[in-house]
Amino acid sequence: MSDVPILLEMRSITKEFPGVKALSDVNLVVRAGEIHAICGENGAGKSTLMKVLSGVYPYGTYDGQIIYQGAETRFSDIRSSEHAGIVIIHQELALIPHMSIAENIFLGNEPRKRGAIDWKAANRMALDLMARVGLQEDPDTLIKDIGVGKQQLVEIAKAFAKDVKLLILDEPTAALNEADSRHLLDLLRGFQSRGITSIMISHKLNEIEAIADQITILRDGRTVETLDVKADGADEDRIVRGMVGRELSSRFPDHTPKIGEVFFEVRDWNVRHPISAERQVCKNESFVVRRGEIVGFAGLMGAGRTELAMSVFGRSYGVYESGTIIKDGKEIVLKSVADAIAHGLAYVSEDRKAIGLNLLDDIKASTVAAKLSKISRHGVLDEVAEYQAAEAYRKELRTKAPSVDESVSKLSGGNQQKVVLAKWMFTDPDLLILDEPTRGIDVGAKYEIYGIIQRLADQGKGVVVISSELPELIGLCDRIYTVFEGTITGEIARQDADPETLMKQMTSTKKMQTR
Amino acid sequence: MSRLKDLQKNLFGGTTSNARQFGMIFTLVAIVVLFQILTDGLTLRSDNLIALFNQNSYILILAIGMLMVIVAGHIDLSVGSIAAFTGILVAKSMAEWSLPWPVAILFGLVIGAIIGAWQGFWVAYIGVPAFIVTLAGMLLFRGGNQFIGNANTIPVPEGFRLIGSGFLPEVGPSTGYNNLTLLLGLASCVAVVWREFQARKTRREMNADPAPMWISLLRLAVMVGVIVFASLRFASGRVGTSFPVSGIILVVLVLAYSFYTRNTAGGRHIYAVGGNSRAAELSGVKLKRVNFFVMMNMAVLASLAGMIFVARSAASGPQDGNGWELDAIAAVFIGGAAVAGGIGTISGSIVGGLVMAVLNNGLQLLGVGTDRVQIIKGLVLLLAVALDVYNKSQGRFSVIGSITRSFRRDTPTPPTSSSDAEREPARTAVSG
Repeated sequence: MSDVPILLEMRSITKEFPGVKALSDVNLVVRAGEIHAICGENGAGKSTLMKVLSGVYPYGTYDGQIIYQGAETRFSDIRSSEHAGIVIIHQELALIPHMSIAENIFLGNEPRKRGAIDWKAANRMALDLMARVGLQEDPDTLIKDIGVGKQQLVEIAKAFAKDVKLLILDEPTAALNEADSRHLLDLLRGFQSRGITSIMISHKLNEIEAIADQITILRDGRTVETLDVKADGADEDRIVRGMVGRELSSRFPDHTPKIGEVFFEVRDWNVRHPISAERQVCKNESFVVRRGEIVGFAGLMGAGRTELAMSVFGRSYGVYESGTIIKDGKEIVLKSVADAIAHGLAYVSEDRKAIGLNLLDDIKASTVAAKLSKISRHGVLDEVAEYQAAEAYRKELRTKAPSVDESVSKLSGGNQQKVVLAKWMFTDPDLLILDEPTRGIDVGAKYEIYGIIQRLADQGKGVVVISSELPELIGLCDRIYTVFEGTITGEIARQDADPETLMKQMTSTKKMQTR
Repeated sequence: MSRLKDLQKNLFGGTTSNARQFGMIFTLVAIVVLFQILTDGLTLRSDNLIALFNQNSYILILAIGMLMVIVAGHIDLSVGSIAAFTGILVAKSMAEWSLPWPVAILFGLVIGAIIGAWQGFWVAYIGVPAFIVTLAGMLLFRGGNQFIGNANTIPVPEGFRLIGSGFLPEVGPSTGYNNLTLLLGLASCVAVVWREFQARKTRREMNADPAPMWISLLRLAVMVGVIVFASLRFASGRVGTSFPVSGIILVVLVLAYSFYTRNTAGGRHIYAVGGNSRAAELSGVKLKRVNFFVMMNMAVLASLAGMIFVARSAASGPQDGNGWELDAIAAVFIGGAAVAGGIGTISGSIVGGLVMAVLNNGLQLLGVGTDRVQIIKGLVLLLAVALDVYNKSQGRFSVIGSITRSFRRDTPTPPTSSSDAEREPARTAVSG
């Protein structure tokens, strides 16, 4: 590769925030036309580095040099970096839901004719750009009406509209299902042949291994190494070693399950969509959970796993139609979240920042939030009891924070997730439903979370894990249900579970045979 | 150096809104001192202090309810109209239906509860934004007041005026002071001391180091000093005046609601709903009930404020309560609440309300016209909030935090994770 010209070089970049050195002396060399992956645990400085590159942190707020296309550049804002052909696509998509695809593609960059927007030209150009990213939709479709996968493609089309030379993708596949992810990665490979260079930040190491030419690993704000995938034979284990600075012998803690009797059962569960009543989101779904068992739910994005979980959890999603819940041999009716909590259910949501936590709270208030009655008498809170409960969980789960008075907004993703877990463990649940429990969490913290899940199961609780990462389900669960379009299509025991089998069931329309 | 650090940590530590409140207390003290000098000592004279309380207690009562509404993520524009509507009905009930005044007060509170239930129903159960519901209410109840009163003024009887212009009576031996006021001051001192030591005990039970003793003593000395000064002033006014009854109502409400918002599950739920309503709902908080309650509670307090005002001015008129909603909202935001909800305290709002009140009063004593007073008040509101927003966007924690920043160097707070730095600055107190 060394004969290929260097497109971008970042030399000894140092960026300090009050009290924190986010980057120190980081170097990055990206050659023209390659796909360059940046790996590192959460907080390693990946996003900060990209913000320095794209001008979010303008020249002067960091130390070091950026050499782009052979000359030193000093970007003052995002516009100036975009002008130079550097476009960043953030993890949280910057699209406006109530505007059309075409309007979004040309937002801030509208084709004009005599001062007014030329919509005819815009739609024509949008179609062209959409074709380049393989998006088949009417350009007038509103963003809110298309899936996350397609939204991601709109973002890329938007980048093309700006004549991109260097495309930066921050966790592009985090919210995508397997099929959409594959499509996106294929697309990136296609860009490569057209001379577009990509920088990709990702936690999904298998994707990186499959697609990247070079990998730069950051740890604690420093460059650890840059690997050439082919020459260095960088595989997942090698990358993990660089990221955490140690060998992770296994990505799942050893665990011998102690599985008991069936204690929780959902029968013939039917739920309709909250807004469009003709759409049935859960179709006759039935499943069981045994004590001490970790049960996985596999499915593509939009298969209705979260909807199933939330509708069971006190009808917090959709319109309940029919179906029964049986716990410990008795039918229970859960009409509200409070009912569900009172009956020993806990639901750890998939999006902890949007619906899992109140980011204004500190750790102790978050820990007790779902069961204030446990620390209060006649409605009056006992601050000491609150503190002690939160402190006990902080120690047990090894949440990294100076004290339980720390605001949860200051914690890293993994530690926030531990606080959410503590919040639900505090309610003394019998059944925990964990929706994407390790999303956006780094490798080390994942391992710890798996350990916590296994300990909960060993205490005789039932644990349901919804995950889009098949290796996670296979590594963690004792039994896996597959879900496709609101129907449970299969039930696979741990020993029979492999990605191919699961994937086949996750995409099949056949309903599972009645056991 | 370490003492300064202790002081900074204990007075201004904790949440940012906490720090902002202390900033506001300093502002309040500064404004009081400034006007005390400018008016040659008029500001802190007994009669002026008493007038200040009498003229503003109803706004401060509104601020209590408004704080809870705003923390829950709503707003209430109808409080002035509700106050006027209740005022006219209560006045009429005594003048025409000859209700005895204690019954009339109860009647007024019931009216407030009914109006609150009406508005709460639309906000909580139908989901109409509170801005719209209370904008409608503002028109509705203003019109209602004028319709019922025929746009006339209705006087209220002597007994009823007690809640607006009454004072603690003279009892016991002649000391040259109002004895009950002195007693009240003494009781407050004892309560403050007890509370401080209770707080220290709680800290110890949490295995956390309580603030150094000298800080507690300093804090107590300041607070007791203020209470003693105030009681002497209130007790030594013109004969027949002392601590006003409306002030007592206010103090009771402040204590009760502070306790409710800080120390009860119900109060915690209001903050949870305002901080992240979806997360609160998924934690078992009954969203609709909380929203209904804050709207209803606000209307009841607005009715109380309306009655106090009517009692003070001895009659209910068609223009009562005009613009009160804005005074109450301003007090809450100056006191550190967030527009997006989830942040704010009762005590902060009271301090915010007092800042506006002292400003108003001081400028009037100086003979500044109402036109210029309004301009100044508008600017103060904008600057108070803007300064805080600016400071947060600079990564500092607050005005006070930034002043004492240079002393912080010797406390290397371990960076919990460098990812905080990667995130955008946490939601500022005011921006959405």
